[in-house]
Amino acid sequence: MKITVNDIEYNVPKEYAETKLSTYLRENLKLTGTKIGCDIGMCGSCTVLVNYQPRRSCLLKLKDVCDKQIITIEGLANPDGTLHPVQQAFIDAGAIQCGFCTPGMILTAYAFLLKNKKPTREEARNVMKGNICRCTGYQQIIDAVMLAAERMNKL
Amino acid sequence: MKFNNAFRNDAIAKVTGRAKYADDYKLPNMLYAVPLHSQVASAIINNIDSTEALKQKGVVAVYTAKDIPGNIKYGQIIMDCPTLVNKRIRSAGDVLALIVAETREIAISALPLIKVELSELPAVFDPEEAIKENSPIVNPDFGSNICNYHKVRTGDIDKGEKEADLIIEQEFNTSRVEHSYLEPETALCFLRQDGVLEVLGSMQHPFSTRRFVASTLGCKLSEVEVKNIPMGGGFGGKDDTAALVCARAALCAYLTKRPVKLTYTREMSMQESYKRHPYKLQYKMGLKNNGKIVFMKVRIVADGGAYCSVTPWVTWRSTVQSCGCYEVPNVQSDVYGVYTNNIFSGAFRGFGSPQVNFAIEQLVEMAAERLNMDATELRKINMVHQDSVTITQQKLNNHTVSLNQVMESVLTEIDYANKVKKCSFGKPEIEDWYGIGYAICYRGVSLGAEGTDMNSAIINIQPDGSVLLETGVHENGQGAQSAMILIASEELGIPKELIRYRLPSTSNIPDGGSTVASRGTIMGGSSVINAAKIIKERLCAGVEKTYNITDCTYKDGSVYSAQGNVIADYFEAVRLCYEHQIYPYAFGVFSAPPISWDENTGHGNAYFSWIYSCQAVELKVNNRTGKITLMNLVAAHDIGKAINPALLEGQIYGGMAMGAGYALYENFPLINGKPQVSNFNKYYVLRSTDLPEMTAIIIENSDPNSPSKTKGIGEPALEITAPAIANALYRATGKRFTDLPMAQQVKDYVQGRQK
Repeated sequence: MKITVNDIEYNVPKEYAETKLSTYLRENLKLTGTKIGCDIGMCGSCTVLVNYQPRRSCLLKLKDVCDKQIITIEGLANPDGTLHPVQQAFIDAGAIQCGFCTPGMILTAYAFLLKNKKPTREEARNVMKGNICRCTGYQQIIDAVMLAAERMNKL
Repeated sequence: MKFNNAFRNDAIAKVTGRAKYADDYKLPNMLYAVPLHSQVASAIINNIDSTEALKQKGVVAVYTAKDIPGNIKYGQIIMDCPTLVNKRIRSAGDVLALIVAETREIAISALPLIKVELSELPAVFDPEEAIKENSPIVNPDFGSNICNYHKVRTGDIDKGEKEADLIIEQEFNTSRVEHSYLEPETALCFLRQDGVLEVLGSMQHPFSTRRFVASTLGCKLSEVEVKNIPMGGGFGGKDDTAALVCARAALCAYLTKRPVKLTYTREMSMQESYKRHPYKLQYKMGLKNNGKIVFMKVRIVADGGAYCSVTPWVTWRSTVQSCGCYEVPNVQSDVYGVYTNNIFSGAFRGFGSPQVNFAIEQLVEMAAERLNMDATELRKINMVHQDSVTITQQKLNNHTVSLNQVMESVLTEIDYANKVKKCSFGKPEIEDWYGIGYAICYRGVSLGAEGTDMNSAIINIQPDGSVLLETGVHENGQGAQSAMILIASEELGIPKELIRYRLPSTSNIPDGGSTVASRGTIMGGSSVINAAKIIKERLCAGVEKTYNITDCTYKDGSVYSAQGNVIADYFEAVRLCYEHQIYPYAFGVFSAPPISWDENTGHGNAYFSWIYSCQAVELKVNNRTGKITLMNLVAAHDIGKAINPALLEGQIYGGMAMGAGYALYENFPLINGKPQVSNFNKYYVLRSTDLPEMTAIIIENSDPNSPSKTKGIGEPALEITAPAIANALYRATGKRFTDLPMAQQVKDYVQGRQK
């Protein structure tokens, strides 16, 4: 099996077919930015992008992502280390508190903004509903999505 | 778009996935532990047989209470909470054994192989039953199910009853709530080469954790070092529970001599962790026809569950604030914290205030209606103002009492006066019933008479002018470190980029108490300011010694001569200090101003200052489905002084969201003490689409009681959202909802009307 994570291709032995993607990312690839909040697909903390679609990695097996492109939070910044506009917007808008939901939130927002260049706040609110945040009340997360959209359009 | 540029020192780590939380660490040769929870609420353990579990390949050990070298039980107030149960099971969340294995999967798979033989004992789950004489005793060592009792006796209650033109009586009930921090409890412990046991844990009180660990291991405090690492939310919930998790991981590391990580699943976390206290609140209030409150009689019973935890402190705050933010001349408040065989209750953002506010802020509106008065008018007649005397006989004369200002700012922002006329009161011809409501409160700052209230800070300026800062405050995710950096930057007149917050550890700085009670910015920030004062003197001393002058002053990043000329900038002053053998290093302390409390009368200056708050909500209720839609939330809080406005607003928004969840959905049901939900599929936490746009109004009446001039926001932000929603629901539906959570009751009521 082959899977690609953050542009690096990995050959995965067949016996890993049933391993959870979240476990593989965290334990084997040491990509611990993918967080485990509930492990039953309810909280969205483990969100990664599979072919640019936000997916809950705790519900995926490695066999489900064969030959697919996976992006984790570690793969979002530019190669030179500068932050992606979505990451910077989360900082500037005050969208971060404990930070545990942040990777999943940012990846969900990023995938959304790739498709929707001029979102309304309501659309942004709607797309973030799969990700639980217990700290922020979502207000500044929605602010961050809107700010990121504004900045990405200027690029 | 309008936004405040937020500052967080940990932001880049958190947006890139580099921030390492406890479960993100892995050490060579590390073992994994998992807990075995009781499935019954009250029993005697006859035997625990680990033979089969130990036969599993990869299982290294199974530990029970007999393996604990130190104290089996510990607690912050009463030492009644077992790290592992040795004999008597008191709740379904109790931990009976720990399995340690080479992998987490092996450890979890071996759990069912431990055979526990037990004899079930009579149990009690209803606090009112528990108070009765013949009830089974939950904690035989304590001897009574009344864990604590607090009271207030002010004025003459009989006289008050005689004077009253209207007497209103109402009972309220509040729910058991799960903190739902997104990161389940985790601890990683290892014995260092120097013999110190090091703890990396998801906990919000490193010093309390250190006490739990040292007590369990029977070692000295100095032999345990707890380090602060990023934590995925706490909200009061990562104190005792998280400390116990750390103590268990420490036990396994101590016994196996290998690093051990103990990571909870969400199910384990919900099964074991303490919850918000469910309260039964019985109020009797008397008023004159002119709206003046003449007496209040209050009886509160709090379900503390199987262990004491901080129940006496939680219920103490409820006692002090039992009559809300009102002047009441005649008061009789009786507040009980009760042991039951339920999952225990403990600290949770608000700490005994959300429950009383839910009751009192509805009660005043019910009374206003009975008196045919405007509820705002009734509040204004009774609420505390400058120089008011509280029910505990504290005179509010050492800070600005801004309740009216705070309330007016919210009512103006939301246009309450006009909108309140448009409420539906359940009119059948309206499809979406509209309601608006608000609530007000005051909150005593910091710990009050709960205990020692002090903190410290270290400012250590390096030869190149960069600064290492640390305080006894814990980063819970709220941005505590960022606030400390901003305060130091302002005080020293240097860019915040020069200041690095040092990785805090229990071995670096003295015990500053728990970062709870919304006290972080007040206590830590004031300590930073006091340390900065010392640093300024030292920077001046370096310059004075160099030029052989006296009476220099430091201001805005420069040292000035007595004549007012700049003699050295900050960097030069630092250089001169080192050149003249003066360390630009300071240890600053802040101790809370004195408070007082007489347990016999319930009188005293309970808190050294008070925070004033108002929140309002607009909502609609569908008259067929009963579905509630929140449309608008507005809050104003007088927090003294804003340090980091964007993060302050974040606390307000987050508090309102949590308060709205408490109001509408959140409930952690137990049947015979056993949890009926175990994860977010059945425990509903509000999502982005459940919440409206919110407005946060920051009121700054600088508080003279601490150098930081701040007061605190974490808890005020949550503690009146539920009554504001309850008042709005009343104006939408025409029915009062006096029990939490309310959404299902609203649904039942609306659908019942159609039959």
